[in-house]
Amino acid sequence: MEYSPPPFFNRGPPTVVRLLLCFLLSAALLISDARYKYLDNIRQVVAILVYPLQRLAGTPGEILDRMGEFFVTEATLRTQNARLNEQNLQNSATLQKYNALQAENAHLRELLSMRQRFPENTIAAEVLYAGRDPFTRKIIIDQGEQRGIKAGQPVIDQIGIIGQVTRVYPWLAEVTLLTDPEQLVPVQNLRNGLRAVLGGTGNDGQLELKFIPLNADFQTNDELVTSGIDGVYPPGLPVASISNVERNAAYLFARITCKPLAGVASYGQVLVLNWQSKSPPPPAEEENPVPSKKQKGGG
Amino acid sequence: MQSRDIAPHEILLPVKPAFIAFTLIAALLVNLLPWSGWLLAIKPDFVALAVLYWCIQQPHKVGFTTAWLMGLIMDVADGSLLGQHALAYSVLAFAGIVLHRRVLMFTMKDQILHVIPLLLMNDLIVLVIRKLAGADFPAWSYFAGSLIAGALWPMLSYLFKLPQKPKPDPDHV
Repeated sequence: MEYSPPPFFNRGPPTVVRLLLCFLLSAALLISDARYKYLDNIRQVVAILVYPLQRLAGTPGEILDRMGEFFVTEATLRTQNARLNEQNLQNSATLQKYNALQAENAHLRELLSMRQRFPENTIAAEVLYAGRDPFTRKIIIDQGEQRGIKAGQPVIDQIGIIGQVTRVYPWLAEVTLLTDPEQLVPVQNLRNGLRAVLGGTGNDGQLELKFIPLNADFQTNDELVTSGIDGVYPPGLPVASISNVERNAAYLFARITCKPLAGVASYGQVLVLNWQSKSPPPPAEEENPVPSKKQKGGG
Repeated sequence: MQSRDIAPHEILLPVKPAFIAFTLIAALLVNLLPWSGWLLAIKPDFVALAVLYWCIQQPHKVGFTTAWLMGLIMDVADGSLLGQHALAYSVLAFAGIVLHRRVLMFTMKDQILHVIPLLLMNDLIVLVIRKLAGADFPAWSYFAGSLIAGALWPMLSYLFKLPQKPKPDPDHV
């Protein structure tokens, strides 16, 4: 056991003072990160230091995966091969149609002298792990700034949208999933073209349409696609399907819950869309707008 | 107080700073493993546990600086608000340093009863910070990790003390 030293040994400031110092330092970090987003440089530097550890921690899982792949039976491979062949055939039929349609579309757009959409080039990435922060819904993917990923780009899988890149490190990127409580996607009802805003609830596999009037025409099993009016997501990508509509006259808005179409909670390959909207910049705001109390959730 | 409530004290070799660093990095690695699903929901914070252990065992070697820096690393690794773990671990280190004489007087079972509230306080600080920043309360399973971490305390104490155990003297009969 250790005993406290005689008072003439100087051991620095007392414990409470040290705690206070740490408290102030942390509070300064917290406030400047939450309010002003000044600290991206510190984050980047520490992230580079932590990166080898993160890869090292991921290694056992990777090795297990590889070993699993090694012991795949021939029968599994055969069935998979057959299935993929069939799928390929179907896809090629669709693709031929698509090519024809695209040519036709380009022609029509030219005729109408409409703005051509940018070709979307994509970056393939693999999901490394789920974000550990219990307050948000995020995943970490294995491509970053080095491959040209930028914050704000939409992320999709083979079915539809899963989220948006929110933070970029040199070799990693953080994707905020649709189910994150602060993530919003402008969507459109495929059946009737009604526009709405889709938000996460923080629960896996559950989304919510926000601020929909009680009489709006939204029905169960309607499919929602991106409307593209925000300039972040390209229009027409599948997002979710409505699973339940609850109209209660006691509330101002209908409670419409949806479930995401893409594998938001599953792991695998994703595509980051390197997409740029050609929509014109929004009109300048008026000089003296009506004073409104705008409350913004921090973070 | 009855004598059976007091933990027997063994005489241990001094701990090597390299070993402390090794355990902290190992705890960090375990935290960084790709946890997912319900395992992620109940995952104990191993870094918090290791920091608390060393603050109780070696308050002159591991203190606020270590705790704060480990917190900063965890913040970046988790992609959470910068400073939330740093603040929580600093308070944890404070509690460990203030209580270190008291906690070590107890038997292992009673030490667990000291450790769990401290770790829950650590969770609570993070929760309050995130609440202030506008996040929603996640779920009650958020606190489960600390209870499991408390259950891991005896194992951790045994493992971390292994290099300090004196080697048996071959001349001693």
